Amino acid sequence: MELIQIDAFRWELPRQGNMRVPGKIFASAAMLKGAQQSEPLKQVANVATLPGIVKASMAMPDMHWGYGFPIGGVAAFDWQEGIISPGGVGYDINCGVRLATSSLVENEVRPRLEELVNALYQYIPCGVGSTGSLKLSLKEEKKVLKEGSHWAVRHGYGEPSDIDHTEESGRMANADPDAVSQRALERGRKQIGTLGSGNHFLEVGVVEEIYYPEAAQALNLFEGQVTLMLHSGSRGFGYQVCDDSLALMNRSVKNLDFDLPDRQLACAPIQSTSGIQYYNAMACAANYAWANRQVLLHRSRQVFQKVFGISPRTLGMHLLYDVCHNIAKQEEHLIDGEKRLLCVHRKGATRAFGPGHPDLAESYRDLGQPILIPGDMGTASYVMVGTRQAMDETFGSTCHGAGRQLSRKAAKKASKGRALQRELSDKGIVVRWTGRATLAEEMPDAYKDISQVVAVVHGAGISKKVARLRPIGVVKG
Amino acid sequence: MVYYRLIDHTADFGLHIMGADPRDLFTKAGLAMFDVLTDVATLKGLDSQTIRIDGDGWPDLMVNWLRELLYLWAGEEKLVHSIHIEQINETAVAAQVAYDVFLPEHHRIKNEIKAVTYHQIQVKPVGSGWEARIIFDV
Repeated sequence: MELIQIDAFRWELPRQGNMRVPGKIFASAAMLKGAQQSEPLKQVANVATLPGIVKASMAMPDMHWGYGFPIGGVAAFDWQEGIISPGGVGYDINCGVRLATSSLVENEVRPRLEELVNALYQYIPCGVGSTGSLKLSLKEEKKVLKEGSHWAVRHGYGEPSDIDHTEESGRMANADPDAVSQRALERGRKQIGTLGSGNHFLEVGVVEEIYYPEAAQALNLFEGQVTLMLHSGSRGFGYQVCDDSLALMNRSVKNLDFDLPDRQLACAPIQSTSGIQYYNAMACAANYAWANRQVLLHRSRQVFQKVFGISPRTLGMHLLYDVCHNIAKQEEHLIDGEKRLLCVHRKGATRAFGPGHPDLAESYRDLGQPILIPGDMGTASYVMVGTRQAMDETFGSTCHGAGRQLSRKAAKKASKGRALQRELSDKGIVVRWTGRATLAEEMPDAYKDISQVVAVVHGAGISKKVARLRPIGVVKG
Repeated sequence: MVYYRLIDHTADFGLHIMGADPRDLFTKAGLAMFDVLTDVATLKGLDSQTIRIDGDGWPDLMVNWLRELLYLWAGEEKLVHSIHIEQINETAVAAQVAYDVFLPEHHRIKNEIKAVTYHQIQVKPVGSGWEARIIFDV
């Protein structure tokens, strides 16, 4: 597919075939080289054919092949005329990241790092099919689905201020447990407070470099500071919601008057019964994920306190922010000078609201929304903030991470004969993991260079670099 | 031993399965999925249940069939040992499935399969037999 270069960071995929709008790709020229890019570009074009799409079908620089929508994809649909698609959100609904800062510095943590990582590994259930110590009754589970983070904080998992620093305040109000299948409810009962497997992780990091001192100060970030980052989602619950909706919509989509280019793009008009049902079930999964990350943060705080023998006050582990990167949301945006209600799909993309947005917590309103971009386990993660440019151009959205460049099998092959744990330990990173193949599949080389991804969104002005974090301890599922 | 080949994909993986006919193909696809999940040699098939699934043509039927089998694991912690397909046509399949309930001390989970996808799904006759290609989210 032919791309037209707009500037150093922007490319247009011109309208062709059934595309209703053009595609817009944020990337450097180097990133677009190679055959790997043709599949996700085709997916960008496919998304552009869906009814009600506004402005452009977009892809962020961490774009890679996904099911239906590319990962790194952003697409907004008119709330009245448009569609909603489970494939535009992904299986792991509200997969996301949260970052907490602490009062500790690297020198204080180093001597007990191994003990800390082992304790986190032992105390936080992770890995394939992991279940937590919390088993919910059906009635209680439905409360989790309605209340999200609020449920967790109400039950003592965290502090009220955590809620202010969570996207959507950790709860989508439209969540309706009656829109969810028995199967999803069953899968969700035992998994609250579990990390999961695959690319999910818990990372102890150190603030390595500050790029934007005023913002860093507002976010309470300083060089040498120890941080905690969590990456997890809605576990089996979200998968079941997505799967149920895909099955349903694959049947109903045939009655709509357009050609679906890929069955994973199955969708329904937002205003239809199945569209509303999905939106309300998806919100349940989003809330489940927020409650999950809230419990995980609480447990992590307890581990830090125990290992270092300090009080919560001395530890000072405050939630900086929690962002989701697999979601569809009703949002109001200015399109050609006109306020419009849209359904913004972000799949492997992060909300990046600029300064002054009314949805932001008061403490961050002048600054813009904090954005958390995790890299691979051996390199770095970034803290950024949203910009007005993102509001004008990308429905307030940016990238979500490094993006895979090697398949799991290729990563395993590339890791043959290498002592990955040793390589990481030579870099000063302590790693614990459960799955036999996890370490190899998730090795640093399997991912794109996070710094290049971040350089594109920073260069394009859709988010602004604040700080870089270097991992020192990692727990992988 | 079940005959299947793993397909490599950037974020995930798939199965390429050959069968003599639809019955053979669907049986092998189900068993191959559990062979990826666990060490099937350690299973005995102590319990069994009937599964009835419908679909809108072979590819849709295959996705729904594997989804249903995967739910046995993901939702009910059952590991499938053997499959006996009683009836199958382009829109419906009925089968007797023997399984063991997962016991962490007895069974090993080798890989996690999170979902069966429609991505590039293929289920069709080829030459004198049938073949299927299915991509899974892991």
